[in-house]
This record gives sequence, structure tokens and C-alpha cells, in this order.
Amino acid sequence: MSVDTQFETVIGLEVHAQLLTESKAFAPVSNRFGSAPNTNVTPLCLGHPGTLPVPNENLIRYAVKLGLATNCKIRPKSIFARKNYFYPDMPKGYQISQFETPICYEGHMDIGLEDGSTKRIGITRIHMEEDAGKSIHDQDPHNTLIDLNRAGTPLLEIVSEPDIRSPQEAGAYMRKIWQIVRYLGVCDGNMEEGSLRCDANVSIRPAGQKEFNIRTEIKNLNSFRNVERALTYEVERQKELVLSGGSVIQQTLLWDPNEMRTRQMRSKEEAHDYRYFPEPDIPPVLVTDEMLEEIRLEIPELPEARRLRYISQFGLTDYDASVLTEDRPLADFFESILEQGASAKPAANLIITEIRRVLNEKGMAITTFPVGPERLAGLLALRGEDKISSSAMQTLLDAMVDAGPDSAASAGELAQEMNLLQVSDTGFLDPIVEEVLRNNPEEVKRYLGGKHGLIGFFIGQIMKKSQGKANPGMVRELVQKKITEFK
Amino acid sequence: MSVTIDDVKYMANLARLQLSEDEAASLVRDMNDILGYMELLEQVDTSDIPPLEHVSDTGAGFRPDKAHPPLDHEEALKNAPDADSDYFRVPRVID
Repeated sequence: MSVDTQFETVIGLEVHAQLLTESKAFAPVSNRFGSAPNTNVTPLCLGHPGTLPVPNENLIRYAVKLGLATNCKIRPKSIFARKNYFYPDMPKGYQISQFETPICYEGHMDIGLEDGSTKRIGITRIHMEEDAGKSIHDQDPHNTLIDLNRAGTPLLEIVSEPDIRSPQEAGAYMRKIWQIVRYLGVCDGNMEEGSLRCDANVSIRPAGQKEFNIRTEIKNLNSFRNVERALTYEVERQKELVLSGGSVIQQTLLWDPNEMRTRQMRSKEEAHDYRYFPEPDIPPVLVTDEMLEEIRLEIPELPEARRLRYISQFGLTDYDASVLTEDRPLADFFESILEQGASAKPAANLIITEIRRVLNEKGMAITTFPVGPERLAGLLALRGEDKISSSAMQTLLDAMVDAGPDSAASAGELAQEMNLLQVSDTGFLDPIVEEVLRNNPEEVKRYLGGKHGLIGFFIGQIMKKSQGKANPGMVRELVQKKITEFK
Repeated sequence: MSVTIDDVKYMANLARLQLSEDEAASLVRDMNDILGYMELLEQVDTSDIPPLEHVSDTGAGFRPDKAHPPLDHEEALKNAPDADSDYFRVPRVID
């Protein structure tokens, strides 16, 4: 192999999505994040004898929902399995998971690539399982502390085919999963808090080779950016290793986002002998045709369909439609403004330029945006009727945001109060126009001599004198009319 | 196929069981007896019979997604060999 060897990257992702259920996977106790340690527990979560797991119906429904949204086949009958290992944060001694018969299988998702084309990534399987508790190693010098609040939290594991060919494609795939789970409302998608987690399997092979080479697994990819960075680093590491005569060994690596490199995890002694067997405590999971149809009806319009609809129905650009539909709450917010009578394009512009600016500045989510759709539609109407300038619209929006969610003042009332209504009244404008023309005889002369570009200069002067309240269109007309009187 | 003493020790370790040499040797015999019986069963043609994954074929009942009150915090920690006021305490696990 020489430095000229062209390598192809092969990546498969395993994504864990923590489900937004009220209760745990197999125990009727709260699934909330952030409670005091060991308070959201039942004897089942603690692994006490004599307890029996009973599946949460939403564990099954959410799995089917995600399966349908990713074009998977749904098994009418699947079983849970025990994955056996000893670790203190899993007091039963096994994790309830699925092994040979995952509930969803053979699906796919299309991801958008940078050149505008799309690529289909196969989904091998989606299976249901429970999470382990949390081990804390750094609070007590001699002991490990265990919090079992998370033990039994419902998870879906989404396993892709090794169809991904670059770190960028991996990032795009991950974003798509994030988008879909949020659209479906099955997971909050928060990667930093670990409710959406990603492990990557990566290998390289000389271009043209059919067989896969030895792969490494990278864990702890807790942001889209880290998925791309870690994979870029690892692909380079493997290439350098192979080109310098070494070979890749199968190992589990941990991405260190501070050091920007992967490092080896200390390997457990008997690696991966989980001795799976069918979970005897839970009968097979049956998904009936009725259930399937019911769940199919609950699936909302997905981002891709919504984006295309925004382009065809509202005439938005591809870019605008993509920005608006990237996250469901933003798209819902956009549509709620339209329901209040606003037109699509100005509403889209308002959200994309102004509202997103405010969200950025204030570190706020659209779901807590203090100005409701009705008042925003009012603001857009003022602008649409040319009663306020575009800069006044920005000022008004900021004022409405600052007034907070309890303020009921309409955009019109505020504009009046803040003296931002454009004046189209010639009784007010005439004297200002005349004054400006009188005070700038040189410019008037040059304008009349054919320098019509100077119109902007006059309008600017007049806008200034009117403190921004003059209607620029009106001013233009007045200047064009009155300047001829100076001939 | 037969079970060796190393197989038994490997499985004992996975199951966190401590066996004496005598116990291990007797388990080798027991397990080989069980495998011998399995070989006898294997003479039956089961190619048309789906595997029995569960004794009940009625399907799991699902539980409505509702949270009930949890186990009282003190109760939860009570039976642990070691705990502080918040956490279970176990010998240090090095990852």
C-alpha cells in the first residue's frame, strides 16, 4: 500500500434515543431527569427478587412509530431478551433488551448531501431496551456511588447499515435522526444531556475492495460536531497507521472533545459474552394490524414532506423552507402565525432574520418566545400595509420581546406609543421636503442636470428630519414632484 | 461437544460464582450429562417446528404509561450493604 492508495471510509452508527415517556420501560415510576438520587425507583429498578417487569405501552408504540417513520418493517411478534453482565449500576445482573427479533428492521432514511443530492442509508434494526443506572466515580475516593433513577429508562437503539462513507454523511444522518425523533415527539434529542447518544463503527479499505476491514468503535459522541470531528480524526489515524505498515486492531475508543483525539478505553476482561436468552418474565410483544394503523395515523407530517410543501404551497425558497422545517417547534410556530392571517413570505422572513436573531441573542428556545403568533401577525400586517418601516418593525419586535409574555399591547398600539407609525400625511411631509430641497441647492441643481441618483440623498435627509417616520415611498414621490418647481 | 473444566471455570467467573476444584469437577460431569440428553433429543426432527421462545403465546399485556409514587427513598436504600444518605455505595469500580 502506498501513499497514493485511495481509501474509502466505512461507517455505521448505533444511536440510542431515550424516550419521552412519563414512566419507565417496565416499572410504573417516573422517568423524569434531574430528580434527587435514588428517588425515582421501585423494587424492580433495584433488582429485588419477586418483581416482574410489565412493558410500558408507549415503549412499544414509540418504537413502532419511529420504525414506520424510517421505512422499517415491523415484526408482528418480537421478544425481549436478557443481556447478562454484572455491573453495579445494573442490579438485576442483566439488561432487558432485544436480540434476534428486534421490533423494527430493514428500514432506510434519505439524507441530504452538500452537493444537493440525497443518499439512502439503510437501517438494520431498531430495538427496545432499558437503560442502566449511573455510576459516579469521582465523588468518593474509595467507593463508587450508584444512582438508580435512570435504571429502567426506555431506550430505542437504532442501528444503521455500514452505508455511511464520510464523517460529513455521518453528521447528516445523525441530524436526520435528531429531526425525526423530535418531529415524532418520542425523544427530546438533547445530545449534551445524553438523551440522544451515538456510537460509531469505522473502518477504511482501499477503494474498490468489497470486504470490510477491521473496525474500531468510538463512544461518547455527544454532539453533531463531535460526531464529525471524532470520525475525521479516527479515519486519519487509521490511514496513517496502515500507510506506515501497521494494522488496525478491533478496539473501543473514547472521544475526548477537549484533547480532540480518541483514546483507548480500558477493556473489560471478558469482553462481550452476554449470553443472551429470551426474557422469561415478558411474553412476546404482539403488534396487531389495528395497532399499526392507529400508530400510522399518529405520525405527523415529517420534515422532508413539510419542506417540500413549504416550497410548493407557499413559494418559499429551498433555503427558507429548510430553515423553518429543521425543527418541528419552529415550523409549528411559523404555521401558527399564518393561521392568524399573515402571508407566508413576510412571516418566513420575520422568523428567519428577526426572531432567530432574538433567540440567539437571548439563548431562548422558540417554545418560550414571549410574543405570541397573534401579535406577530399584527406586526406583519402593519408592515404589510406600509404603516411602519422595516427598521421600525425590528424596533417594535425588540420592544415586544422586552415587554415579556404578559404584555398584551398590540403592535399597532406600541407603534403609536413609540411614535413609529410612518407618516403619509402630506401636511406633515410637505414642509420637510421643501426645507430639505431649499437647504441643498447644489444637489438640486445637479439632480435637475440629470444626476437622478441623488434622489436617495434627499430621501435620506427627509427620513432623518422626520425621525424615521416618513413613508419612504411617499417621500420619493413628493421629492420628484416638488423638485421640478426649483427649475 | 463436551464441557471442559475450563468451560466451567469461565462460566463460573461470568456468573460471579466461586467454585472449589471438587465442585467444578462435579459440574463438568453434570453439564456433560445434560448435553448428552440434549444429543438424544436432537435425534427428533424439529425442522418444521418453530422455536419456543416463551411458554405463553398470548402476548404481553402492556401497561398504561402512568407514573405511580416511587418507593420511599429511605426504604430504597435500607437493604443495601452500604449507602450514604443519597447513594448506594459499592467498592470502587474502575472502568
